[in-house]
Amino acid sequence: MTEYGFYFDSTRCTGCRTCEMACKDYKDTSVDFNYRKVYDLEGGSCSLDADGLVQNNAYCYHVSLSCNHCEDPACAKVCPTTAMHKDEETGLVLVDDTKCIGCGYCHMACPYNAPKVNREAGYSVKCDGCKDRVADGLDPMCVTACPLRALEFGDFAELESRYPDAQVGNIAPLPEKGLTNPHLLIKECRDAQPTGDMTVKVSNTLEVM
Amino acid sequence: MSNQKTCMTRRTFTKAAGALGGLAVVGAGLSAEAALFEGAVPLAHADGEETIHWSQCNVNCGGNCIFQWHSKDGKALYMETDNIGDPDFQSRACLRGRTMRRWLNSPDRLLYPMKRVGKRGEGKFERISWDEAIDTIVDALQRTISQYGNDAIFTIYATGMYSTTGNPSQRLLNCLGGSLTRFYDYSTNMMSAAMPYMFGSAENLTEEGAHVTLGVPASVYSPYDNVNASSFTEAEAHSDLVVMFGNSPAETRMGGLNMVWDFARVREAVEARGGQIINIDYRLNETSAGYAHEWQPIRTGTDAALCAALAHEWITGGKVDKALMDTYCVGYDEDTMPESARGQHKSYVDYIMGTGYDMVEKTPEWAAPITQISAERIRELADIIASAEAPFICQGWGSQRHTNGETTTRAITMLPLLLGKWGLPGTNTGQREAEPPVYLVGSIPAGDNPVEVSIPCYQWANAVDHGTQMTPTNAGVKGGPLTNDIKFIWNYAGNCITNQHGDINMTHDLLQDESKCEFILVWDTVMTDSAKYADILLPDAMRSEQMNMQTQGYAEYYTGLVVGSAAQEPPAECRSSYDVMAEIADRFGKREEFTEGRTQEEWIEYLYEQGREAAPELPSFEDMKEQGVYKTKLAPSIGLEDFRRDPAANPVATPSGKIEIYSETLDKLNDEWELPEGDVIHPIPLFEPGFQGYGSVTDEYPLYCSGFHYKGRTHSSFGFIPELEAVARQQVWINPADAEPRGIKDRDQCRVKSPDGQIQIEAHVTPRIIPGTIGIPQGAWHEANMDGDRLDTGGCVNTLTKYRPTPLGKGNGPAHSMIVEVTKA
Repeated sequence: MTEYGFYFDSTRCTGCRTCEMACKDYKDTSVDFNYRKVYDLEGGSCSLDADGLVQNNAYCYHVSLSCNHCEDPACAKVCPTTAMHKDEETGLVLVDDTKCIGCGYCHMACPYNAPKVNREAGYSVKCDGCKDRVADGLDPMCVTACPLRALEFGDFAELESRYPDAQVGNIAPLPEKGLTNPHLLIKECRDAQPTGDMTVKVSNTLEVM
Repeated sequence: MSNQKTCMTRRTFTKAAGALGGLAVVGAGLSAEAALFEGAVPLAHADGEETIHWSQCNVNCGGNCIFQWHSKDGKALYMETDNIGDPDFQSRACLRGRTMRRWLNSPDRLLYPMKRVGKRGEGKFERISWDEAIDTIVDALQRTISQYGNDAIFTIYATGMYSTTGNPSQRLLNCLGGSLTRFYDYSTNMMSAAMPYMFGSAENLTEEGAHVTLGVPASVYSPYDNVNASSFTEAEAHSDLVVMFGNSPAETRMGGLNMVWDFARVREAVEARGGQIINIDYRLNETSAGYAHEWQPIRTGTDAALCAALAHEWITGGKVDKALMDTYCVGYDEDTMPESARGQHKSYVDYIMGTGYDMVEKTPEWAAPITQISAERIRELADIIASAEAPFICQGWGSQRHTNGETTTRAITMLPLLLGKWGLPGTNTGQREAEPPVYLVGSIPAGDNPVEVSIPCYQWANAVDHGTQMTPTNAGVKGGPLTNDIKFIWNYAGNCITNQHGDINMTHDLLQDESKCEFILVWDTVMTDSAKYADILLPDAMRSEQMNMQTQGYAEYYTGLVVGSAAQEPPAECRSSYDVMAEIADRFGKREEFTEGRTQEEWIEYLYEQGREAAPELPSFEDMKEQGVYKTKLAPSIGLEDFRRDPAANPVATPSGKIEIYSETLDKLNDEWELPEGDVIHPIPLFEPGFQGYGSVTDEYPLYCSGFHYKGRTHSSFGFIPELEAVARQQVWINPADAEPRGIKDRDQCRVKSPDGQIQIEAHVTPRIIPGTIGIPQGAWHEANMDGDRLDTGGCVNTLTKYRPTPLGKGNGPAHSMIVEVTKA
């Protein structure tokens, strides 16, 4: 069995949202919900000293995040109907919409803000890793979209061996990786702050609903 | 497109808020209600036959990124981008391009020809037939030509359509006897005006391209070539330092083969060599996201003061090779000053050392309070840059888009000149990174324009108001004084009537007076703010709705071409502009002259075959239609390499054939032109504050304000797409040091007021901007009750700009030079 996952190169990410918009076009989601989201983070300060001269240690970085198709998905654990499940062949975390009752537990359990309930449809929706494209030998739409080539997708073990310096996602604003063991490998940029750091702020909360 | 909203119970709200706590620091403003129950049913893509259609993005970021549409049953289903060949050589569309289907299918599309029924700017229109629309346009053209002459017709600056057959407006008007034209552009106005005096102007060339006095071929300045500037690929290959002024490719050239991608590889190569990037900007822009140590904050509009202080350090520190300066330049010091300026202490060194001009030595201590950069840091920067083997010093177009831009743009180019680090591997000329020298196919030719007079592009509003008073010496007009005011504005795919021009409130009043400009024709796909001023408003078909062809853009460094077909049909009565223009030509008995017997499709084939004659490696037209895309890489280039190697054989096209740090021509213009009070045309690249620049803030307007380019829009294009607004909100950037005393918190609604207007906008309180300056993303759509308080709730920066053209280029410098006050709304 394959366990698919994403690799994210945060040294490349400019926060441009192309991944979000490419996914949105392909999956045709509503205006204010995206399967993939880009979090803007900022911290430090840029101030003036007594002489009016600039003192600067401000910083920013971005995290592009969709479903991490975790090894221990919190969403599947709490699902009362087994609708939310890990696909046996691919390890992708998927919603069986014939079973889903739209209770929203998965959304509440997921520490990555991935699944949501589509009330009109009556079931949860989320990134499915573009499973149909992947089955056809293609990459997910977000991966093929990135202008900076900062996203990759593939067998997680292979990604880990290809990028030995990357870490399983443990930078802010992500939660402790041990919660779900996400299949998200991150090459950390210089300004990335560790998980749990409370000085760095998500600065675009209204944009990552 | 779906946009569902539902309600939720108190119980689920609480749980949702708890779950979001898993993200370490998601702010309190996030509405869990909206967060939980949004989403849509995914489209099924798997069943049925899909067809592939190619096209490109045609807006003015310069990118021309490639679209690969998947269509079914006559509708575009979804988009892929260029996915051909090496993943590192794919012209991948940016976030905006990826929303193009939302644009095609937007409920805001203009669907029928319309005539204005309210006042100009009110946006009240009535549907009419194409026949009536064309009759009205033809009548207005005939009336204007017979009553005033062709020079009363003006094709206003408009950049929403970069396609070989997309905009044959000038060709049509030339068939009808021509029209008043323009020069420069809103992107590079100040540099396009000033740099030719330093680096070469076509005015000093014979018709054969030889220097008028030196008799050998000479190079001319252009912001759009690879002669004057080096490519980023050259920096990738050889540089050990990159210094950028006012340049953020991650926000201006965002596609997957645009400069942002080249720059990512430049950084990786430069760092691998132990070098670094220095990104000089008033805000921590996205290009240095993740690399904040690269950011050198500076007060907006003071780049030239920093340059002067760096020059001071190098001159006093013995870093300048005077022999080199004397070989290649005029006016570095007294020894190479032209006869007319000898003994007057007017050289560059006189300016820097305080022996001429303002008689102030340009020490780091002098520059510190101007730039807000400490003298110590300026000395450190001087050392870093002087120590580099192959520094790549460049400027974007932000530094020059100021009221002092005409001197600032030249001041930046002094840095590599002083160090002798130009024309050599890995170096640059201080100009923007090179653009591709090759365009594989041309556009439908415009033909000859019998009207010889032309105006600086930003001067059109003055020409509406008092054109007949405008002359070469008081208004920068070329080809003689204007003999007419502008009476007919022709606006195809542009938003420079108001939104992207300047001083919207003033322009509104000017255009409401129908005795001045008598007729305005607007051609667009959605109701822009400019479109509200149309007398006749025509609905255009998009390029993705018809056969299309375009080369690569200018925001990238490769050569390519797309020949594409319609992904879906144009909606309702939208028509190809080519067909409509052919019909207008027909009413004048000029159809044959306009079309040369070709349909748009036949023009595409004709232009392709012409290109193929020059580039025989291109596939046959039939094969090209089949494959859609052709791409080829370019070798790196080094700016002014030939001039450096052999200046006698390859001079620059200045009067002296050398780089004119001191321009005798500019000095003469300063004497001869009638300049508004306070305006000076400076012969050397000095620091001047400029109108509403450094030192101009007041108690009433205590903050500096600058516009900047924003990911959510290309200028104003895409500014109406809700999906983009949702992930790239229109916000004013303000430092906590400026926000807190005003009681402004992050995401508060604010008012920003300048002497010329007022906007309402959300605050982004952020350390990513220097204190004392606020930044507003340009291009947001103006939205105001123009009969009431005129408060612009759309947050358009040009509600705040003053219409005050720059001294030399008469350009849009106020775009980044404003003074304002911000208050909580």
